[in-house]
Parts: sequence; C-alpha cells; structure tokens
Amino acid sequence: MSATDTLVPFAADNSHRPLTTTLFVLVVLVTLGITVWAGRQTKTATDYYAGGRSFTGVQNGFAVAGDYMSAASFLGISGAIALTGYDGFLYSIGFLVAWLVALLLVAELLRNSGRYTMADQLAFRMRQRPVRTAASVSTVVVSIFYLLAQMVGAGALVSLLLELEGDAAKNVTIALVGALMIFYVTVGGMKGTTWVQIVKAVLLMGGTILITVLVLAQFNFNISDLLGGAAENSGAGQAFLEPGLKYGADTTAKIDFLSLGLALVLGTAGLPHILIRFYTVPTAKQARSSVLWAISLIGTFYLMTLVLGFGAAALLSEGAYGQVAESDGNLASPLLAEEVGGGPGSNGGAILLALIAAVAFATILAVVAGLTLTSASSVAHDIYANVIRRGKATERDEVRVARGAAFAIGAVAIVLAIPAQNLNIAFLVALAFAVAASGNVPALLLNLFWKRFNTRGAVWGIYGGLSSAVVLVFFSPVVSGKVDPATGENLALFPASVDFSWFPLENPGIVSIPLGFLFGIIGTLTARDRTAEEKYDELEVRALTGAGAEKAVTH
Amino acid sequence: MVEETTTQQHDTYQRIHASREFIELRRRYQTFAFPMTVAFMVWYLLYVLASSWANGFMATKVVGNINVALVFGLLQFASTFLIAWLYARHATQKLDPIADRLRDEYDAEVSR
Repeated sequence: MSATDTLVPFAADNSHRPLTTTLFVLVVLVTLGITVWAGRQTKTATDYYAGGRSFTGVQNGFAVAGDYMSAASFLGISGAIALTGYDGFLYSIGFLVAWLVALLLVAELLRNSGRYTMADQLAFRMRQRPVRTAASVSTVVVSIFYLLAQMVGAGALVSLLLELEGDAAKNVTIALVGALMIFYVTVGGMKGTTWVQIVKAVLLMGGTILITVLVLAQFNFNISDLLGGAAENSGAGQAFLEPGLKYGADTTAKIDFLSLGLALVLGTAGLPHILIRFYTVPTAKQARSSVLWAISLIGTFYLMTLVLGFGAAALLSEGAYGQVAESDGNLASPLLAEEVGGGPGSNGGAILLALIAAVAFATILAVVAGLTLTSASSVAHDIYANVIRRGKATERDEVRVARGAAFAIGAVAIVLAIPAQNLNIAFLVALAFAVAASGNVPALLLNLFWKRFNTRGAVWGIYGGLSSAVVLVFFSPVVSGKVDPATGENLALFPASVDFSWFPLENPGIVSIPLGFLFGIIGTLTARDRTAEEKYDELEVRALTGAGAEKAVTH
Repeated sequence: MVEETTTQQHDTYQRIHASREFIELRRRYQTFAFPMTVAFMVWYLLYVLASSWANGFMATKVVGNINVALVFGLLQFASTFLIAWLYARHATQKLDPIADRLRDEYDAEVSR
C-alpha cells in the first residue's frame, strides 16, 4: 500500500460522509469498550503479555488473521491487482505460503518453549543478556518499520476516506490513531488487543465476502467474464492477466522479484507480533489450531482480494479508475464497494462505501495496537526484567514498565510517522519482512533444530542478518538514485542530485537471508558452549512434548 | 546463565530424551516436517521463477480468459490448504498420542 501525497476527493458527492464518520466513531467506541472491559480482567504479567493463555484456537486464529491482514493487504493488494493485474496476485501467494513455515516448523515448538516474547525461546538455553538484547533490538526494529507503514497509511487513508484536506488533517489523524493505540495497549494489554483483532477480523471477512459476492453477481458468477472485463477495461488487454506487467522488465527486476518472494515466504515466521500470538493459547495443540484457522481465513481472504482487484478494474468508470491510480490503488476497494452498491450518488453506494471505509479503519487500529504491544512486551520483559534487573523484577514492576514502554513506543511512532509521510509504504512493509526473514528466522530455526547452536551464533545471526538487510536497502535504488525511466521523475527517498546506491536490488532478501544463516553458523562454529548443547536435549523434549511448558492462568 | 531447571526436572528431561518413545516422536515429526518444507519451498520457488522467466508458458490459455498463470497461482493456494490439512492429520494421529503420554510422565515425576 502506498500513500498519496495529494488528497483527492473521490466520491461524486459527499453523501457518504456523515455515515462514514458515524461508523468510524462506532468502531472507536466498540474497541474502547472492549479495551476497558479487558483491562479490568488483567491482573498478572501473564494476563498482560499473553492474555492469560486462555484464548481458544479458533479465537486466536481469528486474532492471528486480524494481526496479519493489515490495511496493506486489504487495500494494498486489491489495489495492486486493480492497477497491475496479475502481478498484484503474486504478493498474496507469498504471504499465504509463508504460513506453512510457521505451521510446520515454528508455532507449536515456540509455544512450548517460550513464555512471553520471541527472545524467550533463544534464552531457554543461552546466556540471557546478550541474546535477549539482540532479539529485543530486532523485535523493535521490525515492529517500528511495520508500525510506521501502518501509521503513515492511516494518516493518508483516513483523511482520504473522510475527505479531509491538507497535511494538518493527516497529522491530526496520525496523532489520534497513535493515541487510540496507546490506550488499547496500556489499558487492555494482550487480552484487549486480541479481542480488538477478533472483532476486526470478523468485520473484515464480513465486508469482503459481501463485496465479493456483489461483484461476482454482476458477472453471473462467471470468473472468465470477470477477467475478460478487467483485461479490456484496464486498457492493458491480455497482458493484464499475465505476470510481468509490474515486475520482470529486465533481469535485475526479475531477480529483485525472486528476492521479494523469498522475504515474503520466510518473513512471516519471524514477525514478532505474529510469534507472540502463539503464547495466548493454553497448549501447543491450540497453537496448531490457531494457525490452521489463520490459514483458512487468510487464504480465503486473499482469494477474495483477487475478485476485488479484478472487479475494480472491470467495473469502475474511467474517472473512478483514474482516482484509484492516483491513490496508488488504495481506493480500489472503497470505490468498488460504492459501485456495486448502486453507483455514486445512490444510497446503497454510500452505505457500502462507508462500511468498507470503517472496516479499513478498524483494520489499521487493530494492527498498530498489536505491533505496539509486541515492542512494549519485549522492552519490558527482555530488556528491563532480564537484562537490567537480571530476572529480579517483580511482575508488578514488569507490567508497569510494559505500560510505560507502550506509551513511549507509541509516542515515538507518532513523532516518526509525521515526517515519514512521503516514504513509500510498500517499501516499509517489504523491509519489515526482509529484516524479519534475515534477522529472526535464521536464529529461531537454528536454535530449534541444531544442537551445536550457541549464544555467539544467535547474537551474530540476529545482528548480522538485521544489519545486512538494513544496509543493503540503504545502498539500494529505493533510497537514492532511482528515477522513472519514462518521465525522469525521482522515485528515491533522497533528492535526485544524490546517488550513493551500489546494490542493484530493491529487496535485499536474496542476499541478506543467506547472510543471516551464515553469520549464525560462523558465530556458532567459532565458539564452544557446552551448556547450550546440553540444554538442547531439554529444549527438544519441551518443544516436542510440551513437558514443563507454561500453562494457562486460571482465575 | 540460562533458564534454571531443578535437578528433578533435569533428570526427567534427560530420561525422556533418551527414551525410545521420544526418539520415535522426533523421528515422526522430522520425517514429515522436513521433506514437506523442502517440497513446498521448491514448488513455491518454481512458481516465482516461472512468473519471471516463463511468460509464454504462463500466458497459455486454459479455458476462456483463465490462463496457466492463474491456475498455477490458485494451485499454490490449494497446495497450502492441502499441506496444512495433511500436517494437522499427521500431528493428531501420529504425534499427539506420544507427546501427551510423555508430558503426563513428566508431570507425574516432577511435582510442581
């Protein structure tokens, strides 16, 4: 998803605006109510960090799906399909297949061997302070990139949907979204955040199913006709239905795409806000069931974005399609909702438009809350309780620090998001996936499956993978030296006059992921850590059987 | 300084780790998860590579406006659902009974 720099009023009239505003307020009130209710039930550290581990697999499956289906996938992927046809679909496939890595290799083993954070899993058999520091740094870096993407998107999107003019409106929106997210996390903890995710996932699935059915009905449920209409109306013809419209101009672009594909498929299992969701259920079996539910929901959802994207290309008028292009695709779903509801100016159109706008808003609020909670938990549990206080902090202190950290991280996110508004959001999301795939995934997998793995390997793997991803992006064309070959327009972060790029790819994964593994392996082989190797037997038993794993809290 | 376990816990973990049942549990898990991971990664990368380097093949029409690219993409969805289902079945039938038994033994030996 990318934000627009200029705001385009998109509906023919403002008939949807009072309704949209009402629904936005309703979303806020419902989520605030849930948060206050959940806050009253949050007493222990396990309640705050892991919702008491008392969620069922189904509930957590919805919450995982809610955490994962960000506005970037809802508006971004359908928008990308609406504009570039088939190439938009490529993203969703990587995002879905990635869940098999989480299901087969990570979810259950992590649930059995950790407590609250990603670092717990490594700290089980290694020296606490260095690995917790490294894992916490990486958790915060990944979450901040992702958070920035969502906040910047929120600013542009909410003002777009409410048709507010100017930068001031965007800044106020960002600050308000930030304030709400801080409230959810400090008051509601994991319990509140999880329920917000569940509600959002239900809204998102409901809204998407409704629009999908309405679109398909226009084509008498004939997919081939829908595709034909999209190809014709888009102006690109059959090429619209084939790969290569967006990627694959030359060999560099093709390798870049392969690199993106690798980061997408490996990154998911290293996203800290997804990983800590597995701690909210009582057993590994429930963690498995969460992932199965999440795969069903996310898969169905991505299949529907295909209909939404091609539907927008096929059904929107030339003017509306132009607005979709101007919003970089973000308006594809809302405008399509208006169209299938009866068209601009109709009551049905206004209602559906307002509905989809409210769903997008709920999506943004839920995802930013999940990310803030993840960072705050890691700062409080890893850095404060275990690195600074060396495990001697009381639960009360820990939760107090977590709340403070949530406040601080939220404030930092607001302050960073306001000047970051011109950053490309797709770039921030892809970077978060690349960092997660390069920094977190090698350390997690090596720890679970390699007895010899040790503290130095974990620390080198995390810092090595993380910094290679960040450094390569910094010296890539995204940051400097990228110009549009057709128009000569500057597409990089830095002004056109500066060009210090030497890494040809925009996606670092194909280099940085192997480097993450390599650093982990070299670090391990240059040190010997008998304790870590001996503890591996315990880790294996605990991960595979759940013997001695953390249990649910009973109130 | 790693996470502390009591001597009793340590001994029980060691005993279970060396037990024939645990070795069987690990074998059953790994012989499913590892080859399956390799399989879906290869299948996915094949799709990514075909999208970039086999445009002609991907553009081939199958029926109406539905081409190979779309079918290949939808097959990735189908294979993901299938593998998830196969794993769930394997885990329920072959892994959970052993894991449950070993966990009960652990709980009985280690009074927490």
